[in-house]
Amino acid sequence: MDHWTAKLETYLDGELSASEMRDLDAHLRGCPSCAADVLSRLQTKRAVHSAGKRYRPNSEFRERIRKSIAARPERSPMRLWLGASAAVALLLIATFIAMSARQQQLQRQQTLSEIADLHVATLASANPVDVISTDRHTVKPWFQGKIPFTFSLPELQDSGFTLVGGRVMYLGQAPGAELIYQVRKHQISVFIFQGRSVGRELGKSLQSQKELSFNIENWSQDGLRYFVIGDASSDDIRNLADLLRKAQ
Amino acid sequence: MEVAGERLTAATFEELAMPLFDQLYNFAQWLAQDRTEAEDLVQETYAKALKGFSSFQPGTNFRAWMYRILRNTFLTSRTGLKVSATVELDSDESPELSAGPETPETILIEHSQHQLLQAAVESLPVQFREVLLLCEVEEMSYQEIAETLSIPMGTVMSRLSRARKALRESLQRRLVKA
Repeated sequence: MDHWTAKLETYLDGELSASEMRDLDAHLRGCPSCAADVLSRLQTKRAVHSAGKRYRPNSEFRERIRKSIAARPERSPMRLWLGASAAVALLLIATFIAMSARQQQLQRQQTLSEIADLHVATLASANPVDVISTDRHTVKPWFQGKIPFTFSLPELQDSGFTLVGGRVMYLGQAPGAELIYQVRKHQISVFIFQGRSVGRELGKSLQSQKELSFNIENWSQDGLRYFVIGDASSDDIRNLADLLRKAQ
Repeated sequence: MEVAGERLTAATFEELAMPLFDQLYNFAQWLAQDRTEAEDLVQETYAKALKGFSSFQPGTNFRAWMYRILRNTFLTSRTGLKVSATVELDSDESPELSAGPETPETILIEHSQHQLLQAAVESLPVQFREVLLLCEVEEMSYQEIAETLSIPMGTVMSRLSRARKALRESLQRRLVKA
């Protein structure tokens, strides 16, 4: 095997460098022995190339492999099912929220109606108060032992409000204190209940509402629920509410 | 077949791997010499490749990577272990055949014996068979073959040369018999 013969295979495999390729080309033109060798090797190469393509996979096998490596579909049945469940769950939650919101709205309305009823009943009563006193230091101790909580009453000097008296009443079986105030001939009722038994559906902060054309302020403070209701102006109701809030 | 630095996804894998299916299968059956075993080999190769696809380095040769997996799977299979244990490679240099006027190649052309050639390739030790097939059938470059077989370029060239010589010898024996 001479210098050229050793390179014939590499030449046919196309792996010689460009300059080596040129040199060998030139040699082959002048060397019949090498030219014949290259020809026979090339023929073998081609024969092996075609003979080597011998086996073909069957289409079933091909399909089986293709499926086994196929990218997972975006929405598998499991995912669809999960998606549907999530949608149903969301709908149920939304319905539940809407229903409980509606329920709360109804409860709020009911509580305010009952407060208004109690106020009207007081106005209509021949004996609106059980303790008649303009002195908060008389009224407050009177409730002692009659209701399961205590509260503070504001100093009313120069406020325009006067304390008329108080009594015990019930709302939804929960005992509470009712205080009657007056401002320019208008009677105002202040109801105080334990927060856990009354008005849980109402917000903690001060809220102004109108019920049967009465102005109502209600808020929650130190575990107690306060309602101020009357036919006085909303400003008067608000002022009394503020005095009570500051007194606690 | 070089893969750019794109995101490697299952979809990408399918796009890259399925066009190689027929040739991988052909190579597998040449190695295993049995249809069922070849199918198992290809199936295992695709499963392994998909699993390991995230570790495939984009920018490197995907075809060589696939063939490497197939070949390693074969070598660790029962048949593969049996055949690789029986041959020793890259060790002895057998003397050159004297090239007479009647070379195996010229006789081959005359007889055009496709089957004879296939039988001769089949009879080669698996290490010669694979390097020959990768070069002649898959038309891989020496570099690709080196990557596939995890051997240096120089070894590719010497092994290929020996494989061709062994093929010529085998053909000659068969032609003498025939």
